[in-house]
Amino acid sequence: MTTESMQYCIHTRNLNLWYGEFQALKNVNTDVKNGLITSLIGPSGCGKTTLLRCFNRINERFTYVRTEGKIVILGKNIYDPDVSLIELRKSVGMVFQRPNPVPISVYENILFGLRIHHPFGSFKKSELDDIVEKSLMEVGLWKDLKDRLKAKATSLQLEQQQKLCIARLLPLKPDVILMDEPCSALDIEGTRAIEELMYQLRGRYTIVIVTHNMAQARRISDECIFMLLGEMIEHARTEELFLNPRNPRTGEYIEGRYG
Amino acid sequence: MTDPIDPVTRFTKTDFVVRKERIQSVSKILFSLMVISMIIPLLAIIAYLFYHALPSLSWEFLVEVPKKGMSEGGIWPAFVGTLYLVLISLAIAAPIGVFAAIYLNEYARDNWFNRIINLAVINLAGVPSIVHALFGLGAFVYAAQFGYSIISASLTLAIMTLPVIIASTREALASVPMTFREACWNVGATRWQTIRAIVLPNSISGILTGIILQVSRAAGETAPIMFTGAVFYKAVSRGDLFPYQLNEQCMALSMHLYTVATQVPNVKESLPYATAVVLLCSVLFVNAGAIALRVWLRNHKKW
Ligand SMILES: Nc1ncnc2c1ncn2[C@@H]1O[C@H](COP(=O)(O)OP(=O)(O)OP(=O)(O)O)[C@@H](O)[C@H]1O
Ligand SMILES: [Mg+2]
Repeated sequence: MTTESMQYCIHTRNLNLWYGEFQALKNVNTDVKNGLITSLIGPSGCGKTTLLRCFNRINERFTYVRTEGKIVILGKNIYDPDVSLIELRKSVGMVFQRPNPVPISVYENILFGLRIHHPFGSFKKSELDDIVEKSLMEVGLWKDLKDRLKAKATSLQLEQQQKLCIARLLPLKPDVILMDEPCSALDIEGTRAIEELMYQLRGRYTIVIVTHNMAQARRISDECIFMLLGEMIEHARTEELFLNPRNPRTGEYIEGRYG
Repeated sequence: MTDPIDPVTRFTKTDFVVRKERIQSVSKILFSLMVISMIIPLLAIIAYLFYHALPSLSWEFLVEVPKKGMSEGGIWPAFVGTLYLVLISLAIAAPIGVFAAIYLNEYARDNWFNRIINLAVINLAGVPSIVHALFGLGAFVYAAQFGYSIISASLTLAIMTLPVIIASTREALASVPMTFREACWNVGATRWQTIRAIVLPNSISGILTGIILQVSRAAGETAPIMFTGAVFYKAVSRGDLFPYQLNEQCMALSMHLYTVATQVPNVKESLPYATAVVLLCSVLFVNAGAIALRVWLRNHKKW
């Protein structure tokens, strides 16, 4: 492997996607860097969610979706025939707009993925306890929840639920975490907490986040991708994109002329 | 982060994944076998019936009246009788059921009274038909003094189908998204205007399907009509579309099938089977109509 490709986590080449007749992604070429936080911005309906959902092939849930082109994650084209969706989704995790913990206990939520990906009885109870503690520590929930591990996950506050959804991914040791507007259902406190958490996770995971909130993209992301009508318009370091956008349409969007 | 995995083998199946996939395909096969084991008896019943009924099946059989003490001839009086019972019972049950469901789903508040009504509706839907039959006998034949008649039998069938129609209509109404109603209320529409303009047009396919499915139930039940208005034999002329008065008893297919299969001596062998085929085909015909209607209405509704 060349150092060049080591530096990049996700490449897309000539990525086109159709929902039936409607083309939602047009020739998207991106290179998302390893270990950084990259935000996807752009007006509603420009295909941010669609692009994000391509990265773990969850778009294929719809039978009328057709994809063309290449998505290479950590050196492997995920559309290769020998790619197992199970393994792909294990290392490319997703956090959704509305927190969606599974309606079981906090403890079991964290272990849900682990249990799915390992044969029954692969772990001792003490190992499991450790994993739960470590994952909750990592997202900063341990202090609040250590006495409530048996509580139903759906009974937590929204912010805690969203953190739990992130914590749920960690035992699987993912490489990439995709987040689709993870804060839009949260209040300021919750948003701040999630942003801080993302900052904690930065470096260890490659994070791609969709956001509608320009200020948020500016606060948290290292790089920004600006999309418009299914096309990728500009991809640059965040300061650069906000201060000296190369494409005039990027500049107008950031200034709030449209979108 | 970038662990030294060779990218060529990244995301490929591990042995455990292979094992999981095997379990997955085994369960899929198992479940599809269940589907097949459900279809086979169905096809077997139909094939068996048709095979035995073949000698008797003809247009004549449908429009001819029974002959020689019902051991030969056709089934016209029974066919028309069933038609009468089903149509009249639905004409009574459908409007009442649909309007009641509209009230329960659109107007009623969530208080203890309405919760009890809901509970009653659900439980009534599960009452055995013989119980409805007894009720019909007591209420319509004796108390209301309709006697053994088409009207008593139809009312009994209506009482029997009503709770199911209410339940299925409510389900259809509930499937109309709340946002549609909010859109209407927000421009100042009354509840009734909302129901007329938005809720009913968008749930009509579900409502009609629910009602039509009750046709087959009403046509097939024997007990409720046997107690209240169906007779073994009634002289009727061939092909007569209006042979009965509402205050008379009538013949009916389900009852006729029971009679020729068990009560009448020396029946032509294929006759009971042919009767069953006519009953079955009428029901399938009505159900197919319901499906076609639903498909047609579905294509006109989009959200
Ligand atoms: N399942 C689908 N079937 C058909 N079209 C879809 C589907 N999902 C999205 N689209 C269309 O694809 C385009 C891109 O949608 P997408 O959800 O990716 O936009 P987005 O940038 O995430 O928008 P938002 O900011 O509102 O979340 C839109 O025009 C949308 O209407
Ligand atoms: Mg979106």
